[in-house]
Amino acid sequence: MKLMEIKELLDAEVLIGEDTLNTEIYSAFACDLMSDVLAFVEDKSLLLTGLTNLQTIRTAEMMDIDAIVFVRGKIPNQEILTLAKENNMCILSTKHILYQSCGILYNKGLRGANIMHK
Amino acid sequence: MGTVNLAFHVAKEDFSKAGEASSSIKKTLKKLGIDSKIIRKVAIVTYEAEMNIVIHSHGGKITVDIDTEKIKIQAIDQGPGIADTNKAMEIGFSTATQKVRELGFGAGMGLPNIKRNSDKFAISSEIDKYTKIESSIYLTK
Repeated sequence: MKLMEIKELLDAEVLIGEDTLNTEIYSAFACDLMSDVLAFVEDKSLLLTGLTNLQTIRTAEMMDIDAIVFVRGKIPNQEILTLAKENNMCILSTKHILYQSCGILYNKGLRGANIMHK
Repeated sequence: MGTVNLAFHVAKEDFSKAGEASSSIKKTLKKLGIDSKIIRKVAIVTYEAEMNIVIHSHGGKITVDIDTEKIKIQAIDQGPGIADTNKAMEIGFSTATQKVRELGFGAGMGLPNIKRNSDKFAISSEIDKYTKIESSIYLTK
């Protein structure tokens, strides 16, 4: 699924990375716990989260995650967006809650990320 | 490729800079042409270690030594030390504050995650003095 389709399905605003919307996304991971992202995510996935701080971007950077959807209408501050831009990420913001966002994407065929262990 | 040595100071409780050392390490490894799977392991180890220093310690240092066989990461802080390192290695054991949890950390998964991504791992600590983590990731297996 392309980022453009994800943007449209979630009725999301593109905060950073308008030029990356043609990127293909193969799986997704959703949580507010960055420790879990670091411990579980194996793929180059899309991250859906309600956690808008610098550590979200840093965690994504470490895990080679290039696209993040902030849910519940959250918009990160400029410092966070600047860091995301430096890392060539795509940042979307949707008004949907996390559960709804995941449901919409899953329903359209975007599967959950492979995880490293149980 | 000869030996490359990197060193970074990590300040306590400076959440705005937390991750900068790991970011810099990751960029260096990319420039050196290291395999992306290895880079990912190193990134997880250094970032978890860096967050630990920021969250729990009085400040510390991360060094990375790269040779033809392995990448050796050392994270050493200036205390307060860990009373029971076996307990600290348990998944889910945490002494993190609510503030740290709100940042998405402090779930008691950092140290086990460092160990899992290391080919060789050691932790040592002395109360009021230091905690030291040593992790080696081999470039060839």
